[in-house]
Amino acid sequence: MILGEITFVIIIAIQSSMSILYATLGEIYTERSGVLNLGIEGIMLMGALVGFATTFYTQNLLLGVLAAMIVGGLMASVHAFLTVTLQVNQVVSGITIFTLGIGLTDYFGQSLIGEVAPKFSVVGIPLLQDIPVIGQILFQQNALVYAAYILVPLMTIFLFNTKYGLNIRSVGEKPSTADTLGVNVFRIRYLCTIFGGMLAGLGGSYLSLSYIPGWRERMTGGQGWIAIALTIFSMRNPVFGSLGAVFFGLINAFRVYSQASQIAVPTFILKMLPYLCTIFVLVVVSKKDVFKNLGVPSALGKPYSREDN
Amino acid sequence: MSISIEKGANITPLTKTFKAFFIVLAALTLGSILFIIAGVNPFKAYITMIGASFGSLYGFSEVLVRATPITLCGLSVAFAAKMLLWNIGAEGQLVMGGIFSAGVALFLSEHIPSFTVIPVMVIAGCVGGGIWASIPAVLKYWKRVDEVLTSLLLNYVAIFLFQNLYYVTWRDPAGRGFPGTAKFPGIAFLPRFFGTRVHLGLVFAVFSVFLIYFIFSYTKWGYEIRVSGESTEAARYAKIKINRNMVLVMFFSGALAGIAGMSEASGIHFRLMEGLASGYGYTGILVAFLSKLNPFLVLTTSILFGALIFGGDHLQVVAQIPSAISTVIQSIILLSVLFGALVTRYRINVNMGGER
Amino acid sequence: MKGIIKRFSRIVANNKVDFDLRVGEIHALLGENGAGKTTLMKILSGLYQPDEGKILIKGQTVRFRSPKDAMDMSIGMVHQHFELVPKLTVVENIMLGACKAVFIDIPEKEKEIQGLSEKYGLDVNPKSRIYQLSVGEQQRVEILKMLYRKVKILILDEPTSSLTANEVEKLFSTLRKLTKEGCSIIFITHKLEEVLEIADYITVLRRGKVAAAVNVKRIKQMNGLATSELAKMMVGREVILSVDKNEISTGKEILGIENLHVQGDRREESVRGISFSLNMGEIFGILGVAGNGQKEMVEAIVGLRSIKDGEIRRKGSMNYVPEDRINRAAVPGMSIADNLILTSYKDFSKPIFHKGLVRNHGRKLIKKYDIKPPFLSIPVKQLSGGNLQRLILARELSQKPNLLIAEQPTAGLDISSTEQVWKFLISQRENGAVLLVSGNLKEVLSISDRIAVIFRGSLMDIISVKNQPEKIEKIELMMAGFV
Repeated sequence: MILGEITFVIIIAIQSSMSILYATLGEIYTERSGVLNLGIEGIMLMGALVGFATTFYTQNLLLGVLAAMIVGGLMASVHAFLTVTLQVNQVVSGITIFTLGIGLTDYFGQSLIGEVAPKFSVVGIPLLQDIPVIGQILFQQNALVYAAYILVPLMTIFLFNTKYGLNIRSVGEKPSTADTLGVNVFRIRYLCTIFGGMLAGLGGSYLSLSYIPGWRERMTGGQGWIAIALTIFSMRNPVFGSLGAVFFGLINAFRVYSQASQIAVPTFILKMLPYLCTIFVLVVVSKKDVFKNLGVPSALGKPYSREDN
Repeated sequence: MSISIEKGANITPLTKTFKAFFIVLAALTLGSILFIIAGVNPFKAYITMIGASFGSLYGFSEVLVRATPITLCGLSVAFAAKMLLWNIGAEGQLVMGGIFSAGVALFLSEHIPSFTVIPVMVIAGCVGGGIWASIPAVLKYWKRVDEVLTSLLLNYVAIFLFQNLYYVTWRDPAGRGFPGTAKFPGIAFLPRFFGTRVHLGLVFAVFSVFLIYFIFSYTKWGYEIRVSGESTEAARYAKIKINRNMVLVMFFSGALAGIAGMSEASGIHFRLMEGLASGYGYTGILVAFLSKLNPFLVLTTSILFGALIFGGDHLQVVAQIPSAISTVIQSIILLSVLFGALVTRYRINVNMGGER
Repeated sequence: MKGIIKRFSRIVANNKVDFDLRVGEIHALLGENGAGKTTLMKILSGLYQPDEGKILIKGQTVRFRSPKDAMDMSIGMVHQHFELVPKLTVVENIMLGACKAVFIDIPEKEKEIQGLSEKYGLDVNPKSRIYQLSVGEQQRVEILKMLYRKVKILILDEPTSSLTANEVEKLFSTLRKLTKEGCSIIFITHKLEEVLEIADYITVLRRGKVAAAVNVKRIKQMNGLATSELAKMMVGREVILSVDKNEISTGKEILGIENLHVQGDRREESVRGISFSLNMGEIFGILGVAGNGQKEMVEAIVGLRSIKDGEIRRKGSMNYVPEDRINRAAVPGMSIADNLILTSYKDFSKPIFHKGLVRNHGRKLIKKYDIKPPFLSIPVKQLSGGNLQRLILARELSQKPNLLIAEQPTAGLDISSTEQVWKFLISQRENGAVLLVSGNLKEVLSISDRIAVIFRGSLMDIISVKNQPEKIEKIELMMAGFV
């Protein structure tokens, strides 16, 4: 019986972590190129709303997801334009995008509260789903979860084993050197920021089209900020990011479970845990020698301009 | 004839005026588009909002009510930013200030002389916010961790702590299912003015404006902050203790946000409940940026934002437009200002006569 | 390169320079700081475009619009400050911008780099990350980067400035191996002794013009005389302006340094056992080309850097005029009035700022030191170099210190500003002493009472200007590293 309960918790963990996972993966690439996008919370909200609205009106899930990704990319491109081309402060730009997302979704989402639209349903993968325990956990999920299974290794290999990934990493560490060697710093930062926005939009749409589902005001409830925390926590490595998302999802699932089964664990401590863990990681990672390799991209948050170099 | 856009502009006074004009035009235009989508005449909408906010005592008082915490948070962010410290944690510091002062209100206020209650609450608010802001400062000083991320993360820790308090630990047993602490005893209420909801918090806000101006212009400390913010090398050369100032500045910054929390809790809600953390910390960042860190401009910009918010609330009542429109307009204003950088970074080259 | 002219605003960095390089040759480009060597090579490597003149490769005129164009013609430059990404590995740094395929097969590339490094004696572990490497190892990575890109003309800018003697030997043997394979090397430096060891040909630049172009073999045949001639050509002794210096009797010790050792920013020690003593009423000049440890020594004396070993004794008050005017000695965005109290602000704010006092102080100093434009509220970044330096001197001298440390005080200043600064420095002797740190031979000779030449972190000799003229003759040689 205990096994059943643990399995149940893990399944919930995976399901509830998907939106954060996508947003984190996106922000990992964005930050690897040296851009800090604090607007993800707003972008996820927009993704959730636009995805839901599109699916509601077209009754087509795929269109909804695509629309969410497009909106995410659009919002991120505003951030990219402001920070990369106009060299505006990245913190201010990000918070502005965040505010914009909140405002627009609060405003336009009114009419959609309470509506129902098609949602992603669980699809079992034949054969694999019959593996005891693991099969139940991993292979009886919905399409977006399976997409993540593929995306994570792809993104990891791309980042560490291809020349494009190398370019991205060098741009985030020392753009002047990359520029000298012929790498187009601006283009890479634009692409990574927009890609990050697209994934954040996708993550948002997961909430409204699969997990919750439906639209509610401020339905992301801070998950965008957790994604930023997770980006740091995972040291900007997609594999760690996905594991971290599941880890945070576990904490979340455990909290839900303990509330349901009357276990006396203070809820609020569990809610705080992801953030406290991240602060802890930040402190440890800043130690120069040991983790310097894994810490913050050196050029994160700093605009790059050829004239200054 | 050809027109090309090139980098690098001559920044003349004419350019600056053009930039201001551009920003205002952009903001008004984008806002109008928004109103049109909502099915409302933008001209009418603007007039209604302005009329509501500035046309009556009631309206203006409501504007001031909203402007109070925004001013304090704006000052908080601006003060730290003068030394290039990014305090994204004003939201959490506000909450902690509210918690500490609520502690005084609920448990201490009836045991100390009544005229000391408000001062003690103020101190408690300062201490709560100040300590919370010092954590990122210490982490930066000790482990070189960026304060942007730590202060941001601590916001959530503070909010969960806060929720724990008003849902569980300090919950009002007589609350009938409504989550919140008991109502504060009367002596812990901030007095209000002229029958409106404008409370003592406004006085604190205005006082802080002048205090900060004084600090920057007339004190040793202010001088050190200004130098450190402009050039770390020069500060080291002048033997300024940068690390010590980092912590002090963040503490002071957090204290300001803490007062905002205290004044919201004791001036508006009279208890700890949901709604204390309603984004003023983040608005403060926008306001500080728009005001270019000038304390007087922070005050005026906050009043403007307060008018926006109240105008939006009013529109909701009068025209059934969701009040969220004011949030959108806030971001539109900010986007317009940010896009204004276009004017100063690029210039348009007009080539007459087809010459190469 | 023929007739190269390159201007930066009013400064002519390269003035009709001709430069020839033969296949398989090691060609040294010699000259003091600001002579135009780096500028010339940046033109050759595609970073700058010449205003006039042309570049010919094997007889064909070429035009480089960017470093990439130069790289396409197999020309590559290793700069003084390395272009490496610290957190990435050696392989990744070498591959950056030069990958042909999309996928990077790391083990295979590691083998390839290993092979290259063994072939040319450039020992470095391909797996390590740049921040783990010493300066010498990092330099090898930079060279490997060039070799991987099959560079035929390799330009090295001050390659030996941070290397140990051992590493210098290794580098030289690598260079010899490269030339045997048909690679040609251009070597920018100010160190004459090394040049004589490794180069085939020398071109000396002075103030943007070619002062000499000689075959090294010929110099060696002509023994020591030619060497010191060359040294003089680099530095250029001119007629010393007779500066009015009244006699001041020297007094007790103001500053005493014993066996000072200071760590630099990289792994090596910058100051390797310096000792000297400075007395009241004298100007002591530390003469040397930038990068030989002066900066770190001064930082140790003023307290901006910690001491590894040794002792610093000091009596009385001290003020410091840094080399970096605009970032360290002044706050660019703040007003003249605010800058004039940067090192004495505490005196003006007991307990709060008395604006009137600050303003009076400012006005007095503006007048006395002739600072233009003479308005208290102007931000300091609008000041010209000369005016800024006068502001800084005004501020420090008005505090009447016993010891004034002045780093490169007249760098970039015109003649009249320079003479004014010298006058102020000389007058400071009445309050105490001056430690002058400069790379300008004329300046040091003109106003110092005693001179010490600094090279690679130690003092070559301490000379009294008045009493030891025979040693003065040898100063350029000392600056270039000859004992």
